[in-house]
Amino acid sequence: MSWKDYFLILQPELSLALIIVIILLVKVGVTEMKRDSFLTLINLLLVLNFIGGLFIQTDGNLFHEMYHSNALTRLEKSILNGGVLLISWQSYSWLKLHRHTEEFYILLLASLMGMDFMISSNNLLQFYLGLELSTIPLAALCNFDLLRRKSSEAAMKLILNSAFSSGLLLMGISFVYGATGSLDFPVIASKLVSSGLVIFAFLLIISGFGFKVSAVPFHLWTADVYQGSPVPVTSFLSVISKGSLFFVFTATLYAAFRPLQLEGYRTICILAVLTMVIGNLFAIRQTNIKRLLAFSSIAQSGFILVGMSAQSSVGTASVVYFILVYLFSNLGAFGVVSVISTYTGKENISDYGGLYKSNPFLAWVMAISLFSLAGVPPTAGFFGKFFLLLAGASKANYGLIVIAALNMVVSLYYYLVVVKTMFLPAEGDPGEKIPVSMLSRVALVICVAGILLTGIMGGVYDYINSVCANF
Amino acid sequence: MNLYLLLLIPLLSALAVILVPGRKTARWSALMGAIAQLGLVLYLLQQYFAVRGTGEKSNFLFEANQSWFSSLHIGLHVGVDGISLSMLVLTALVVLAGVLVSWNMDNRAKEFFFLLIFLSLGAYGFFISLDLFTLFFFLELAVIPKFLLICIWGSGAKSYSAMKLALMLMAGSALVFVGLTGLYFQSGMTTTGLDLVNISNASIPVAIQQFFFPFLFVGFGIFGALFPFHTWVPDGHSSAPTAASMFLAGISMKLGGYGCLRVATYLLPAAAHYYSPAIILLSTIAIIYGAFATTMQKDLKYINAYSSVSHCGFVLLGIGMLTPTAITGAVMQMVSHGLMTALFFAAIGMVYERTHTRMVIQMGGLLKVMPFISVVFVIAGLCSLGLPGLSGFVAEMTVFMGSWQNPNTWYRLATILACASIVVTAVYIMRAVGQVVMGPPKTGDGHTTHLSAAWNEKLAAVVLIAGIVLIGMAPFLLNQLISPSTDQLMEHIKNGVSAK
Repeated sequence: MSWKDYFLILQPELSLALIIVIILLVKVGVTEMKRDSFLTLINLLLVLNFIGGLFIQTDGNLFHEMYHSNALTRLEKSILNGGVLLISWQSYSWLKLHRHTEEFYILLLASLMGMDFMISSNNLLQFYLGLELSTIPLAALCNFDLLRRKSSEAAMKLILNSAFSSGLLLMGISFVYGATGSLDFPVIASKLVSSGLVIFAFLLIISGFGFKVSAVPFHLWTADVYQGSPVPVTSFLSVISKGSLFFVFTATLYAAFRPLQLEGYRTICILAVLTMVIGNLFAIRQTNIKRLLAFSSIAQSGFILVGMSAQSSVGTASVVYFILVYLFSNLGAFGVVSVISTYTGKENISDYGGLYKSNPFLAWVMAISLFSLAGVPPTAGFFGKFFLLLAGASKANYGLIVIAALNMVVSLYYYLVVVKTMFLPAEGDPGEKIPVSMLSRVALVICVAGILLTGIMGGVYDYINSVCANF
Repeated sequence: MNLYLLLLIPLLSALAVILVPGRKTARWSALMGAIAQLGLVLYLLQQYFAVRGTGEKSNFLFEANQSWFSSLHIGLHVGVDGISLSMLVLTALVVLAGVLVSWNMDNRAKEFFFLLIFLSLGAYGFFISLDLFTLFFFLELAVIPKFLLICIWGSGAKSYSAMKLALMLMAGSALVFVGLTGLYFQSGMTTTGLDLVNISNASIPVAIQQFFFPFLFVGFGIFGALFPFHTWVPDGHSSAPTAASMFLAGISMKLGGYGCLRVATYLLPAAAHYYSPAIILLSTIAIIYGAFATTMQKDLKYINAYSSVSHCGFVLLGIGMLTPTAITGAVMQMVSHGLMTALFFAAIGMVYERTHTRMVIQMGGLLKVMPFISVVFVIAGLCSLGLPGLSGFVAEMTVFMGSWQNPNTWYRLATILACASIVVTAVYIMRAVGQVVMGPPKTGDGHTTHLSAAWNEKLAAVVLIAGIVLIGMAPFLLNQLISPSTDQLMEHIKNGVSAK
């Protein structure tokens, strides 16, 4: 293998590393840069990174097959790159005022790099390394509202929970190593036989994943962390971090734990039901928009788990497709929250009263994003949910489907409460016109376009399905 | 004819409404779209008769299948038969009237017209879909516009009503969804998708049919005001702005009846047979309960909304009877009720704009001050109570005759009870009409000066009345359209039942 192949296969990680190095050089003062031009530069680099990811990445195996890149991982990494790009645009106004913009990007991209490594992992050790590389910078990011105590609290909660769940994962991984003598996914899959130790290890690993994707009963950290973190970090957590973990979760479950199909199926079903029901029920009671979106994202995890329970390539396709859709929808919603909280500092649902009157653009973006999260047509969320549940129904477990379908009704309620608050005339002050920076406006429009087009254009799903068909 | 045009025109006019500058151009685009669509539907009707005239016997005409999600074998499969075509005509008429009635909307007119047209897009798509996924997509497409229309432009307890409507309809869709996934996996259709025609040819075991039928029937039934899931109807209709009430009662409730017939009964015939007593029971309750509940109402919109529950009961009664005539009657009742209730809501809206009240007790003698509107009001009322010569009579009569064809004693008892409800209908209609229109004028708003209807209101009323009178005077026109298709449908159901 020539050095060129290394570069091409490792392109996503290497370009992120390159960007990080450039930021470091700026930081140590190689060039004097104004805040504005720095942000322009970095956004430009991220665009290049996104485009490069689409066209340059190639398939292949590296490091004794610990690292593999194929059509699916390339697609997943591109989705994440796009999401980070949108988040970066949305946080433009916030970052302009922040003292530590460079560190923000270093941490963000380091975390993204960890996710890329994790997605490409074909080995439990490599997976674990990627996971840690992605979580530790995240904890620092949560603390990025330097003057707010809630932010530090969020960081503390995240790091403690991550440490705990990593502990569970590591324990599971070592048991698996003990049972099979290997950490490579294909070897594990061929040697794994259902036994007490293996099932225990499997449960430990699933619990570890459960923490990371905030599945009930491992969700307790989510709401506090989402609420305390600055909004861009919250959107990163809820979309990019969760999305990447679901990618890996699905891949690990199918690739390494294939022999434990039945156990996996049962566990996933139980987790799915708990996550949907509890996430939705708690969401109803929330008054803070970030907490509401936190519980909604927990509930969405439940729906994704329903799709995962199909344990087939159609299931994987529906999960990947849903994450793409979810990325647009959640970033649309968080984008609006970000604009409003940066400008007014208000984060309660009641503060959104009369938004339609004062800021119709923001209100419509928010409404469309929420409709997509609720899964009503013609938004992409409808198609995403439909395909997840259709995949889940392939096991003829209609009880699960009935519960999921009814949960969609419950979730519609709290999304509509927000929509209602925005669209009904406010009592008293309707609020003022909120300026939206050019970049975040573009990002919001991209989200809305994504929501409206990803679903209607059937080709997107067909493409994802054809990519997933081989895995 | 290319049926996709039926989707394209509303889509284009909805886009035009948003993109053109100014309120006036927006409403003209909406009107032009509605007129073009009506013209298209009438042309389709003529083409349909022409093709049928040549002896074409296939179930659906003008079929087209555009692949959508090819990996899941989902396509925009469209086609029409007499039943769906009559629904399309109804939709086109109500949409035109609805746009006309809201001509002077000045509060966020663009968004209003956009949502109205969008709502109609859902209905058009629903009625022409022959793929269950597409059908479901269009069914749900209409939920959010309804919610926003009530939430933004509604009156009264609008946020409560909007929420109730959206959640109940969503629950209906959720049940339908479960039924659909069941059909998808249990009819062995995973390789050919959710195509209605394919599923209808598959033989589904009776036990499976019986398991999934309630999901589909109740799910669609919620849209069609099936007792006891009708509670969204009165609240939703009375809080909605006039045009939205017309759309809700005139079109959206028909989605439910059509779905019960085309999806639940057609695809699961053995189960439909099995559950028919339950359907009859619930629809008879709805007819009688709805009628008595109406007599207690004081608000004109509530009167019409509760009477809609009663009238839509006839639709489900006809479907549950499973005789060709009864099903023809059910479809006729859908068309008739759609036109009549839209006219009623339009009249109520016009009265309300002038008197600023909807309470029956506060009105009186309107015939003297607003003669045109009062006449419209009376015609709507008479059609509702089933006066011969208007469409209501024809439709209900057909349902009764068809129901009587079912020889079962209990079914005949239900028919008699349903017949008897007409007396109650007469009570509340006569009372409301007498109080509002007759007698000496009262002194409230709009009672003192002569207020004639504007051109748009007149046109809206004329469009709907023309439909009502045409069906009433020449019922064979509608019958010719519907009954060949219901015969085919019944044939299919019979084969399905006897095959088991």
